[in-house]
Amino acid sequence: MSELVKNEAAQNMVTLTIDDHTMSVPEGTLVVDAARSIGLDIPVFCYHPKMEPVGMCRMCLVEIGTPMRDRTTSEPILEDDGSPKIQFFPNLMTGCTFRASEGMVVRGYTEKVTAARKEVLEFLLTSHPLDCPTCDKGGECPLQNLTMQFGDGESRFIYDEKMHSAKHVALGDLIFLDRERCIQCARCTRFQDEIVDDQVIGFSNRGRALEIVTFSDPGFDSYWSGNTTDICPVGALTTADFRFGARPWEMNASASICNHCAVGCNLTFNTRREVKSGGEKIIKRVMPRQNEAVNEIWICDKGRFAYHFTASDQRLNQPLIRKDGKLVPSSWELALDLVTSRFKNAGENLVTLAGGRLSNEDLFNLAELSAHLGGDALLYSDMAGGDLVSRLGVGEGTNFSDMGPETAILVVACNLEEEAPLWWLRIKQAAERGAKVIVANPRKTKLDRSAIHNLRYEYGQEAGLVTALLSAISPKQPKSPAFVNKLAKDKEVKAAAKALSEAENTVILFGSEGTSYAASAALAQACANLLIASGHIGRPNNGLIGVWDKGNAQGAWDMGLRPSEDLDAALKTSQAVYISAADPAGDSKQYASALKKADFVVVQELYMTATAELADVVLPAQAFTEREGTYTSGERRVQRFYPAVPSLPDLLPDFGITAEIAGRLGLELEKTAPASVMLQIAEVVPDYAELTYQKLAKVEKQFPLIGREDVYYGGTSYQNSQGLGVQLKPAAQNGDSPVLVITELPEVKLSGEELLAVPVTRLLDLGNTVTPSEVLVTRLAKPHVALHPQDAEKLGVEWGSKVKLILNGSTQTVLVEFDNSMPHGVVLVPRSLGIPIISPTPATIKVL
Amino acid sequence: MSKVKGSRILLRHRDIPKLDKLDVYLEDGGFESFKKAVTKMKPDKVTEIVKDSGLRGRGGAGFPTGVKWSFIDANNWPHYVVANADESEPGTFKDREIMEQNPYQFFEGVMLSAYAIQANDAYIYLRGEFWDLAHELDKKIKKLEKSGYLGKKLFGTDYSLNLYTHLGAGAYICGEETALLESMEGKLGQPRLRPPFPPSFGLFGKPTVVNNVETLANVPLIIEKGAKWYRKFGTERSPGTKVFSLSGNVNKPGNYELPLASTFRELIFKHGGGIPDGHAIKAIMAAGASSSLIVANDEALDTPMDYESVQNVGGMLGSASVIVIDETVDISWLVNKTVHFFKHESCGKCTPCREGVFWMSHLTERIDNGSGSREDIVLLQDVANNIQGKCLCALGDFSTQAVVTGIERFPEDFKAKVSPNQAARIKINE
Ligand SMILES: Cc1cc2nc3c(=O)[nH]c(=O)nc-3n(C[C@H](O)[C@H](O)[C@H](O)COP(=O)(O)O)c2cc1C
Ligand code: SF4
Ligand code: SF4
Ligand code: FES
Repeated sequence: MSELVKNEAAQNMVTLTIDDHTMSVPEGTLVVDAARSIGLDIPVFCYHPKMEPVGMCRMCLVEIGTPMRDRTTSEPILEDDGSPKIQFFPNLMTGCTFRASEGMVVRGYTEKVTAARKEVLEFLLTSHPLDCPTCDKGGECPLQNLTMQFGDGESRFIYDEKMHSAKHVALGDLIFLDRERCIQCARCTRFQDEIVDDQVIGFSNRGRALEIVTFSDPGFDSYWSGNTTDICPVGALTTADFRFGARPWEMNASASICNHCAVGCNLTFNTRREVKSGGEKIIKRVMPRQNEAVNEIWICDKGRFAYHFTASDQRLNQPLIRKDGKLVPSSWELALDLVTSRFKNAGENLVTLAGGRLSNEDLFNLAELSAHLGGDALLYSDMAGGDLVSRLGVGEGTNFSDMGPETAILVVACNLEEEAPLWWLRIKQAAERGAKVIVANPRKTKLDRSAIHNLRYEYGQEAGLVTALLSAISPKQPKSPAFVNKLAKDKEVKAAAKALSEAENTVILFGSEGTSYAASAALAQACANLLIASGHIGRPNNGLIGVWDKGNAQGAWDMGLRPSEDLDAALKTSQAVYISAADPAGDSKQYASALKKADFVVVQELYMTATAELADVVLPAQAFTEREGTYTSGERRVQRFYPAVPSLPDLLPDFGITAEIAGRLGLELEKTAPASVMLQIAEVVPDYAELTYQKLAKVEKQFPLIGREDVYYGGTSYQNSQGLGVQLKPAAQNGDSPVLVITELPEVKLSGEELLAVPVTRLLDLGNTVTPSEVLVTRLAKPHVALHPQDAEKLGVEWGSKVKLILNGSTQTVLVEFDNSMPHGVVLVPRSLGIPIISPTPATIKVL
Repeated sequence: MSKVKGSRILLRHRDIPKLDKLDVYLEDGGFESFKKAVTKMKPDKVTEIVKDSGLRGRGGAGFPTGVKWSFIDANNWPHYVVANADESEPGTFKDREIMEQNPYQFFEGVMLSAYAIQANDAYIYLRGEFWDLAHELDKKIKKLEKSGYLGKKLFGTDYSLNLYTHLGAGAYICGEETALLESMEGKLGQPRLRPPFPPSFGLFGKPTVVNNVETLANVPLIIEKGAKWYRKFGTERSPGTKVFSLSGNVNKPGNYELPLASTFRELIFKHGGGIPDGHAIKAIMAAGASSSLIVANDEALDTPMDYESVQNVGGMLGSASVIVIDETVDISWLVNKTVHFFKHESCGKCTPCREGVFWMSHLTERIDNGSGSREDIVLLQDVANNIQGKCLCALGDFSTQAVVTGIERFPEDFKAKVSPNQAARIKINE
């Protein structure tokens, strides 16, 4: 695979000639990849540079020859002119399965080869419907393009003899299959098997009747299904979201970054003006954009489908002021003046609370304003450790794709596929290359399949487990509670500790499975201690990664915002609260009542959230799709996003609104150009000192080479021409040498009959930015909890039944699922499903 | 010592009554070769003798069996042996007779090959329709386990061996060795990309020997009587005997075991009793439906049936399923039949076979039912040529053999079926 091309130094290089171009590639590079790497075309259908070759479609047939050698002396035989004599195979060979060797000669455009291409195309078209005028793929279809290039203008097959098959088969709620268009290349099934390990679709039957079916219930049950539509070389697979939505050539493309999780996948928004939207430009679909250091060419279904929130008709479009207890429209002047005067009065009693989906520029201005008044700038998050991440790394130059046997990866308190899907994928692939993956979690997760050690602990013991790993490798053991000492003696823990400490490189990812803020703080510190003690900081592919719940949480930490240890108290005692992109009242009744007690609440938002309902002033902001900015990913890669659609009239970006307020308070902040905000960030935040928007927009050649003209090769994922971003250097890479900090380990205690309710994360939750996507609705998790089947039996609860959950003083009816890998005495409560949970809490379940 | 009468090595049950009973087989010296190998011979020695015997695979390709065993990757364990009992080629019915009537000799062959490559598990993959036979084999395997010929620590050595039967689900392609392995792994039966070949990447990705039933059934006597003895039969490059499955327009169809390089004439006229009703012989398919059509002239009839000579008359020995076609048969009808068989059996994995065979079936059908045109014949030939040499496995090429040679060697049969006035229909818009 062309990834080989990257590691030139490590490989034995061979020289081969393809159609008069002589090149040097690592031995074993596939002929099609070698060709593609210098921009030559050997058309393929079934081959895909991210998957193993299968040689099924026969589109890549070429003439291949190798130098002849004398049988007895094994000396090369030469032509009269002294050049090596080449012996060609009598049959055409599949370039997708043939590997480059020294002196090989490939002919990709001889009469024999082009005839074969024409023949294979003719074969494919005998069964293909003549759908192009109405097919979604038309315009970016490998079959269409290659037919135009190599096919015959006339059909020798009698149209009436075509086999007809079903055209609108819903494989699942998101993906439709047109069986007539399918060319049986197996890219989709191999993607599901090889790449994402969800074997939910496959072939049934044989011969001409071979057809794609799903065998999961619900159908095509995978978080990755959308990617199959990018790599399907025909219009057989389409998304329920985009099908019949637009023709590819009618759309514009603009670069963006997904802000649903901390990975920061590179996206392209395809937009179009249309009648349905009243002549406005709207987003028609989300496509992956290549960044081999971040998301390669993939995105998860949340990133692909949960974008409709930005165009929701529920968007706020004018400022609101509370009058006589009601929120009524106001002018910007009036609203801003009111906010300014109240903020001035509040002074250091202003609490600023920001969500991690804001951009660095927004967060910077918020932090500056807050500092100007002497107030607190808080990050709305239940996770700690962003400061440790910026100190320890991961180091600049970290790339999961480079990790192999020399690297150990610990993933702790995290259900990685649910919390950060692309990291799950890339760590799974690292494991396939030999990286030693260790998963520590109280219950089974999908990453367990890739792990060499699966460590189990009780909810609440995550920091203890990591401390036990430290104890197992460090002779100077910190004094630890008994459960830690016991864990440290466990064989599996010891083996894992050995693997982590002995690896040349070690990365630790910590998530939020079952953690409160306090638990997260202890966990992050324990992880930091382990990395410091084993010397795995300050270098590429070493260090700490926070699996944050929001796309730019790391950016918020870097801009100086911090979560509050007691948000409730902070809100209650404030004189003014300035909330942006956060919905505490929606998450917790406690926060709601605290806000009700606050003197003056300003909410800067996209919609009327539960928190906005309680506000004194509501300021509408632009969505990230309507403006520019940067996000910092969990791997501390700063990346730019660009405007895709025009803003609603009269709206400002978040940083602009904050700057307007600041200006009225005598603080000059940049209002209009985010690039200028970045220049200020560079002055104030040391790690960002070198950054400019120009640098963030730089691109370099990536392998595999994908793009618009050669959709046949990589699929319709977009080429990256707008920036690969810049990965920051952590302090440890700049000479800082942190020391161990031993913290006290928190413990959770329960009494009597109660269960411990612990918060966990589901990818497709009912979050504010997810539910507006109607196409996803049936895929979203329903309000539910999970129990161990034995606990359920004791309670007399059946799978799928409804129960009453009493938690944090509220009672709610929820569905019950089972998980036989989870500990006893625990009830798992997914976040953002409308069940109020912020930290592990005692709970009671009553049968209805 | 095992009794051999004339040139019957494999069909010895015809000479020894009740050879399918364990005690009879044992009395005849059965399992002595296996016991000798396990207790007294190095595994490599077994391979060496088989290599020296020149035994070639009877599944169709004729690959030297001992050479195949020696390719087994010794750095990757465990190893497996799979006996290919898929026997799906139309006109082939030899493996069935061996397994039904001389099962223990076949088992012993499987066991010897397992010992040679140090496999502890060996499988017999039977076509789904052989379920009743599989049931019988299972009972016999139980017997062998009870009598100490299978199981742990055989004959007091450290060598253990288990034997299992596995039923396919009724697909011709599952006789192709890599599709067979996929099928055994519970996957859709489609051929794998090769290389790697089964001796380095076989069942569950482990080194595996796949051999035809008949191939394996030769092994016990080769080990018992030696390579030199075996080479008394057949020719230098095609040693041994072969079971020829004779069918078609012939008076006495059936299996005939003859030394390799016996002639077609001998098989068809001496053993098979000639053509019924005194008709003249027209064509021969030497390897079942996958064969080219050999014009049955004197030169062909006097051709020795060995792997090399049959090629000289434009055919292949393959699995030696000789189908006799007499003058009453319309070749275009016959070609249509074979193409329909392949259309039904193409696995669909690769484009030229999946689409091409489907297309050919429309053309042969049209020609056969009289609605074709002359252009259809030209087109049929062209489609067949376009399939050839481009497929992932041999089935694609197999499907074109009868088509191409039929049109080339028996053009009148095709021309007679299409009316010269029939308008060409090969363009959509005309
Ligand atoms: C389409 C196809 C069908 C085949 N069917 C059979 C079969 O039914 N039985 C068999 O023994 N070999 C069959 N073969 C050959 C096998 O792939 C393989 O070569 C053989 O089992 C090897 O055993 P041998 O070396 O003992 O001949 C088939 C091959 C192809 C391409
Ligand atoms: S649906 Fe598309 S990707 Fe899947 S096999 Fe068919 S053509 Fe290939
Ligand atoms: S040649 Fe036919 S049977 Fe063989 S892989 Fe291709 S489609 Fe399948
Ligand atoms: S066979 Fe090579 S691309 Fe499909």
